[in-house]
Amino acid sequence: MEQPGSDTHLHNRSHAIFGDMSFFSKQMRIALRNCGTIDPDSIDDYLQARGYEALAKVLTEMTPPAVIDEIKKSGLRGRGGAGFPTGFKWELTAREQNEEKFIICNADEGDPGAFMDRSAIEGDPHTVIEGMLIAGYAVGAQQGIVYIRAEYPLAVQRLERAIVAARAEGFLGENILGSSFSFDIEIRLGAGAFVCGEETALMHSIEGFRGMPRPRPPFPSVQGLFGKPTVINNVETWANIPVIILDGAEWFGSIGTEKSKGTKVFALAGMINNTGLVEVPMGTTLRDMIYDIGGGIPNGKKFKAIQTGGPSGGCLSEQYLDTKIDYDSLAQAGSIMGSGGMIVIDEDSCMVNIAKFFLEFTQNESCGKCTPCREGTKRMLEILVRITEGKGEQGDIEKLERLGTTIKKASLCGLGQSAPNPVLSTIKNFRVEYEEHIHQKKCRSNFCDYLLTYTVTDKCVGCTLCRRVCPSAAVTGTPKLRHEIDQMKCIKCGLCFKSCKFSAITKTSH
Amino acid sequence: MTTLTSDTAMDELKAYIETVKKKARPESYLIAILHKAQHLYGYLDKEVMNEIAFIMNLPTAHIWGVATFYHYFNLTPKGEHTIAICLGTACYVKGAGDLLDTLKEELKITIGETTEDKLFTLQEARCLGACGLAPVIMIDEKIYGEMTPKKVVALLAHFRTEK
Repeated sequence: MEQPGSDTHLHNRSHAIFGDMSFFSKQMRIALRNCGTIDPDSIDDYLQARGYEALAKVLTEMTPPAVIDEIKKSGLRGRGGAGFPTGFKWELTAREQNEEKFIICNADEGDPGAFMDRSAIEGDPHTVIEGMLIAGYAVGAQQGIVYIRAEYPLAVQRLERAIVAARAEGFLGENILGSSFSFDIEIRLGAGAFVCGEETALMHSIEGFRGMPRPRPPFPSVQGLFGKPTVINNVETWANIPVIILDGAEWFGSIGTEKSKGTKVFALAGMINNTGLVEVPMGTTLRDMIYDIGGGIPNGKKFKAIQTGGPSGGCLSEQYLDTKIDYDSLAQAGSIMGSGGMIVIDEDSCMVNIAKFFLEFTQNESCGKCTPCREGTKRMLEILVRITEGKGEQGDIEKLERLGTTIKKASLCGLGQSAPNPVLSTIKNFRVEYEEHIHQKKCRSNFCDYLLTYTVTDKCVGCTLCRRVCPSAAVTGTPKLRHEIDQMKCIKCGLCFKSCKFSAITKTSH
Repeated sequence: MTTLTSDTAMDELKAYIETVKKKARPESYLIAILHKAQHLYGYLDKEVMNEIAFIMNLPTAHIWGVATFYHYFNLTPKGEHTIAICLGTACYVKGAGDLLDTLKEELKITIGETTEDKLFTLQEARCLGACGLAPVIMIDEKIYGEMTPKKVVALLAHFRTEK
């Protein structure tokens, strides 16, 4: 990877600080360039890290169309997951003739297992403010809004302080840096609804309504918040803007793959040695991510799947490990880039159960406005529950596939259009596990309780504990002698397994 | 969480609504007002919502619609401590299910309920953004990471003796 040469370049400061640790050496920090290296509550620290220089540059040297051109040339695509070209989005809003326009920062990070936006705001709140300011200047907007989860109190607090500091220094408010450009930012709290990450739902929520999506077009860039033209981008997208302005579209475009430029931040978690925030150039392979940066799977377990994109994404099996991380390659493999959740799953996890977990989530979070999502996800979930309880039937897989495809095609917003992905991708990559659950009533990971058999082994010393905890009187035996479990009476609650102090009870899938 | 006598709480809420009313598009601040009310009262009381409807000149049904749509708002009073168990993906694959079972057993309540002694309310969280510490639970505003069923039992005992 070619790095900008001089020492004054701050992009890889964390690399300079942390040296050759494999967790850091393959990373390249652009969006997170200041996270962990500056004091987020100090505007002086940010100013020393070239802060607000990009704003000064656009206000003094660049016309609004030139700013949009630069962002377009850089090839930056939306980091919220869908990957829409950012410059093009701005241009659509800039074209609109309207006295009032809005800039929104989407910080409603709802994917379970993702914490990129939270960390970015907690670590470097001024970058987000500067990015929004630049867009405000480029499209002719005067009001910015950050929509952030109420569940992130620290991020909210730091952002509030940063806004106050930026106002005091004259970076926000009237006639910024002596120019004719005025802009201010307000924070609006979410209230715990996953669907509000969808842009039209988010705007309804800011307007004070239930956060339900509406059909597009009209797109927000033309008719958005309060019916006014609105640019809405994700936290990480905003964090990239100042760097692109300072170092140029050409430099930014030199990083990444042909159609996906720059870097992407991931929240690496799950069954992996090094968990944490990771920012890598687009085009890094999943294998590098898991084994070099992530340090492999703990406890000598085998890799089974990697889940990208949260509840909207999919699970990829071992054969896809050499897939490049970019919007198009991941989509082609059957998953999505998403906002950056990346969960590693080892051999102890049951894929049918993982699919059920994600669908439970989306089913619960479905806003209920459109029928395919509201009813369809419920029916899919019922089938999955049946399968994991050992009541799967011939034809269930096909039914799931048919339902899933219909929901994807017919749902109103991104939530429904992507909700079946975890199920469809696990069927595609781990079909044999579904078949085992349905036909052989077997769970190879020994995870689905209903499909397991509990037995007492020779290790039993006859302490009688299991007999006493069993709620269905399935365990029999006399003290100091090996006990037995009556399979007809066993309700598979697992209490005997959990309570045994001698590891004398095993659970197996037949 | 602040517990105030309802009169002072109502005065503070009314003062807040007055500041909101001076802004452009005041009705768009409904969610912020509900946050404020929940902060003051600990939950969203029916009477309080009626009062907000009256002051804001909005239909009560609209306020109810919004309050029930968002998970963050509670319509019933909560216990002294709120336990949020993270059921995000990272925690889930690292055994959050077992933690939940332990919590249910120990507290004799299920998700969304409050213990009889009004000490604990159990809630589920969909990712607290602390996946590096999975599995985690959050008690009030503090995160407890790398939990095991045993640690959960010890933690509950700690809070019980603190009472």
